[in-house]
Amino acid sequence: MNLFCIGLSHHLADVAMLEHFGGDVEIDCLLRNSGCTEAVVLSTCNRVEVYGAAEARISTLDIARCLNRKIDGRVSPESAPFYRYEDDDCIRHLFRVASGLDSMVVGETEILGQAKKAYETARTAGSAGKYLHRLFQRAFRVAKHVRTHTEITRGAVSVGSVTVDLAQKIFGNLRNCKVLVIGAGETSERTVRALVSRGVMDLRVSNRSPERAEAIAFAVSGRAVPFEQWTHQCGEIDILITSTSSEVPLLSQEKLAPILRERIDRPLFIIDIAVPRDVAPNVNALDGVYLYDMDSLQSIAEQSMATRRAQVATAEEIISEHVREFVELIARGLNRPTSPEHPTVSESSLRPSES
Amino acid sequence: MDRYLLIISTVCFLIAVAHTILEMRGGIFRPMRFNFLLVALGFIFQTAFLSVRGQQVHRCPITNLFEVIIFVAWSIALFYMVIGPAYRLSLMGAFTAPLVALLQIFALLVPIDKPHRARLPANSWLEFHASMSLVAYGAFALACIAGVMYLVQERQLKTHQLRSIFYHLPPLSDLFAAITRLLWWGFALYTLGLVTGFFVDAPLPWTQIVCAIGVWILYGFILQGRYLRWFAPKRVAALCIIGFSAALTLLWGITFSAQAHTP
Repeated sequence: MNLFCIGLSHHLADVAMLEHFGGDVEIDCLLRNSGCTEAVVLSTCNRVEVYGAAEARISTLDIARCLNRKIDGRVSPESAPFYRYEDDDCIRHLFRVASGLDSMVVGETEILGQAKKAYETARTAGSAGKYLHRLFQRAFRVAKHVRTHTEITRGAVSVGSVTVDLAQKIFGNLRNCKVLVIGAGETSERTVRALVSRGVMDLRVSNRSPERAEAIAFAVSGRAVPFEQWTHQCGEIDILITSTSSEVPLLSQEKLAPILRERIDRPLFIIDIAVPRDVAPNVNALDGVYLYDMDSLQSIAEQSMATRRAQVATAEEIISEHVREFVELIARGLNRPTSPEHPTVSESSLRPSES
Repeated sequence: MDRYLLIISTVCFLIAVAHTILEMRGGIFRPMRFNFLLVALGFIFQTAFLSVRGQQVHRCPITNLFEVIIFVAWSIALFYMVIGPAYRLSLMGAFTAPLVALLQIFALLVPIDKPHRARLPANSWLEFHASMSLVAYGAFALACIAGVMYLVQERQLKTHQLRSIFYHLPPLSDLFAAITRLLWWGFALYTLGLVTGFFVDAPLPWTQIVCAIGVWILYGFILQGRYLRWFAPKRVAALCIIGFSAALTLLWGITFSAQAHTP
């Protein structure tokens, strides 16, 4: 049996190309037209891949033609940069993809869910047989193993997610946190949305322009606060996000210290996204205040990325071990040694419905 | 025979310490379940030791400094077992094991396991008073450990230097809640121990009474300061460490004077 993977990914193809070949692919059509006995299609915004099993060799072009959604002459299956992995390389590639090693952001975990969904779709359509069933089940196990035994998924790698991580490490549950946003901007809006996605419900927005404040408040389901009152709000809130275009700092140690005396037992997390900064750096020296500006947030994101990259070698070792075992399994015709602990495929407790 | 049980228990705690160090060196810090199991195993052997010793001395085994230290170490492990998982602070195991191991190694190496010259008569009020006070020490010790964890996490957040351990330590708010609860548990048990001390039908040395009241005032002050907002959470965490260090020193004073006054 020939196991293969034919696909396009963010490494070689741009978004337009991926859009051209991606989307909902009819597996029936793929099985009928290409001659595969089994097929799973993994289609995400960063990749379009067909994992297949066939008695005879299936050409890359046959698969590419099946994936070709638009016949517009600009992109042809012949010119698209499809790659092809077979047998051991195919197994290794799927294990790497499921573990997030082949992703644009190394270690991202969304791909595992997408791979599970792709497998489930193929199983429902009846196109995932015993080979791809075993291959995908093993890939999910490998991804879990890699995630547990390395720090490949550790830390946040974007400003928004770093902010959420930090807020959770300060306050735990964010449901009862009160957030005040001063100013406007894409990054602050993204950060607010990230906080809302983690349970924040009390949002206040302040802006020099009351209309702008109302508009942003409406966009993030918060309430507008007059700009003259935002300093008074510091006694109540837990998280302050500033992104004004002020040339001088709006918040200094002298201004904040008297307010903090009233709330000594509650921390204040300040995210200063503005350039130049809205909050004087020495505010971080106050007890219970955690001040992060754009530089520090980006540096944490880069640090997490570096940690993830440093874990790639360990992850590759784990994957190699699993590839070796899986290749041996295939060589035995997918039958493990017959012992009570290792049932054969027909006796296995693993069923295609399990994911 | 009983010392062997204690040695096995100490080895369990030492393995937990070594495991934590190795994980930290490897950049992966997942000591939760393994550390919990080792602390649980160490606790079982501690309990076995105290049980054997209790049968030997025919009373609660807190008759000399050696036994007192082991009883405190046992109380720490007990509180960890009960309170650690309940507050989902299993990482406390990584911090609890070194403290317990250190106490037991000190007790095993220093020649302080001296039997009493005279066999002590059973005195239920005295035993209850002493054991309650020592169990309270277990709560104070864990409050101290939670204080260390709080300061480690706080420091990382302040300096923006996030190490591997950052992702495994609980949030500051959870740690502070745990510190407060442990302080209350310790204070309540210690008060109970202190009050029952007045029912002991035997004269107690005044140094012992002063030391015991001193510890009670110290922890009362920390709790008072926490609720009247005299101190920021960071200061409360630091005071828990200072408080436990002082309490341990006073415990040594209490035990020493008790031994000196024994006929």
